[in-house]
Amino acid sequence: MGNVLTIILQRLALGLLTLLIVSIVIFIAVNLLPGDFAQSILGQGATPEAVASIREDLGLDQPMVTRYFQWLGGVLTGDLGTSFAQANFASFSGTTSGATTIAEQIAPRFGNTMFLAMITAAIAVPFSIILGILAALYRNTIFDRATNIFTLSSISSPEFFLAYILILFLAVLNPIFPSLSNIFDGMPFSERLEKSMLPALTLTLVVTAHMMRMTRAAIINLLASPYIEMARLKGLSPMRVIVKHALPNALAPIINVIALNLAYLITGVVVVEVVFVYPGIGQLFVDSVKIRDIPVVQACCLIFATAFILLNLTADIMSILSNPRLRHPK
Amino acid sequence: MIWFVAVLLGIAVLAWLFRWKGQQIDWSEYNAKFRDMPFSVAYGYILGLSILLWLYWAYIQGRSLHPETANKFFFLRIAIEGFIIFAIAAWVFRLFGRSVGTAGTKKLFRSMPLTASFGILTILIYAFLAIFAAFIAPYGQEQIVPGVAANIIPGGDPALGGNPDFPLGTDQIGRDILSRLIYGAQNTVGIAFATTVLAFLLGGTLGFLAATLGGWLDQLLSRAVDVLMAIPSLIFALLLMTIASVWAPQLGIPLTFFMVVIIAVIDSTRVYRLARAVGQNIVVMDYIEAAKLRGEGLGYLVFKEILPNATAPLLAEFGLRFCFVFLTIAALSFLGVGIQPPLADWGTMVRDLGGFVNFAQFAPMAATAPLLAAGAIALLTVAVNFVVDWMLQKSSGLKE
Repeated sequence: MGNVLTIILQRLALGLLTLLIVSIVIFIAVNLLPGDFAQSILGQGATPEAVASIREDLGLDQPMVTRYFQWLGGVLTGDLGTSFAQANFASFSGTTSGATTIAEQIAPRFGNTMFLAMITAAIAVPFSIILGILAALYRNTIFDRATNIFTLSSISSPEFFLAYILILFLAVLNPIFPSLSNIFDGMPFSERLEKSMLPALTLTLVVTAHMMRMTRAAIINLLASPYIEMARLKGLSPMRVIVKHALPNALAPIINVIALNLAYLITGVVVVEVVFVYPGIGQLFVDSVKIRDIPVVQACCLIFATAFILLNLTADIMSILSNPRLRHPK
Repeated sequence: MIWFVAVLLGIAVLAWLFRWKGQQIDWSEYNAKFRDMPFSVAYGYILGLSILLWLYWAYIQGRSLHPETANKFFFLRIAIEGFIIFAIAAWVFRLFGRSVGTAGTKKLFRSMPLTASFGILTILIYAFLAIFAAFIAPYGQEQIVPGVAANIIPGGDPALGGNPDFPLGTDQIGRDILSRLIYGAQNTVGIAFATTVLAFLLGGTLGFLAATLGGWLDQLLSRAVDVLMAIPSLIFALLLMTIASVWAPQLGIPLTFFMVVIIAVIDSTRVYRLARAVGQNIVVMDYIEAAKLRGEGLGYLVFKEILPNATAPLLAEFGLRFCFVFLTIAALSFLGVGIQPPLADWGTMVRDLGGFVNFAQFAPMAATAPLLAAGAIALLTVAVNFVVDWMLQKSSGLKE
């Protein structure tokens, strides 16, 4: 067991290192921008003094390395900085109402995105595993082929196509769910669920295919093994052979692919959130990209990357833990 | 919800009856089949049958003369008709391929599933449209025909707000949607194809080099790729596109060019991984050792020895990678930072016309415009995936 612990600790350390390097990459990428925000808010008629004063206000006049460590230190203490757009707004209107720091701006949206990802996972994971088991059980039948074609099509369609198809059928032609997810704080859970149903269904369609195909492949891979043959010869029903004997051994790749798809969920929400105007972090990211609000872009990017790395790390560790050959190396 | 459960229960009863009846009747060859049939299989048969019946019913509804009912099932009708037309076209194409061509292609077509022949046919049609767009399209992609209204409804029926000269209508500033769709094949597919080729040149070359040379170069490249892959690709692409959108006007280089380079670099990491893994398996072969002992140079090793032996997996990867790149570009364009107007592009068209989906209930034709553009993207990726799936199945010899 000590061995596994070392491997896991190594992975964790590696993950943290990756995160650090990723933060450097993001920081450098953002700082490749020509000119800066000070110039772009003031426009063409800016006097050098005004530019300098705004630069000083925002700390843009310091060298890059200093700024990086300031930013990193801030991030580690939960201070993601101040949005340029918000700072601008506050200084012009003379009010400080509403969210002024990025952390305050992101926190509720992050919660919304996690909520969406959670609903999607709650629908997609059981659905895809059951579908995968059924496809493995009735492999090479019409059912298997139909699911294969269906999943291949949904995996390869762009998200916005699936989203519009769902809007068309479930919101416009048959008004079952609302096509806009205007979610706000203090909304009752059922209403919230109803409003985020269409984005969740879209994401479900996107991730189910991959998980289902992996489940099917992992189970079918095992069907040639001697112990499955044994179980079959013992006279067990095909369903029992698969659920009791094949599935536990196929769990490692399945868990792995689930974690990878959850990672995809957190990052793949961008397009879906834009289609449904869902107030999540993906939408904030796209909006900030459009108005070039650098601190927000930076923060969102870092959050997405962190989620992605953490989930990949989980996938790694889970597959180590569920594989007896790695747990007891020779 | 209650109805849903009731229908499922009803199907369960029907399935039980179906199996029971099947066991009663004496059909010599089907007797064993019905006797051993698990309930779930019977359920599946009845469920499938009910879905087919429902689709048939919906199709009849879609053809009904009542405009309200017809509107409601209009899209299902189109989807069913499209599905049948495509299936027949694929079948005819496969028949055609079996009887025309060399012995090799005939053999290829004989073992081809219908999905793959559909894929190949679709890819050929897209390629044809993309190459001859300028000759096929009735209008130019940026052309605003003088004296023509904006937002003409597709369908060409003047009573419903159409115009026979513009079978798919016009967009929000009066450009012909049909022409823009055809030019979209050229722009979107062409740019995606160029990006994929660039990604393969970059990733493939570096991957093979890393596999052949090993040592610090391999370490350096692999760690760099690890870091780049740790950032989700769409997010990273969006971040870099933000930066490029500031640089582009200053340097006077079109933003689309930046996009090609950015996506190619991001995607080349995946190609690098595969090329390196495949290359490492090949490098340990005896013939590589022999070539090294002969004193062959690095270029010879990579291009004459490793590349030919890595073609099959790389080709399948090319198809998949193309889909990813194509979808990424479509997503970027949809978000407004990809291919820039006035170039006709499907992602941008979906974004501009997307709102019309909400009119589907009253004017189904109005809602078709954004769906056509989105569907054009989906159709191509589905087609490529079908072909790749078939290729993979064929090369791995997977039967079960």
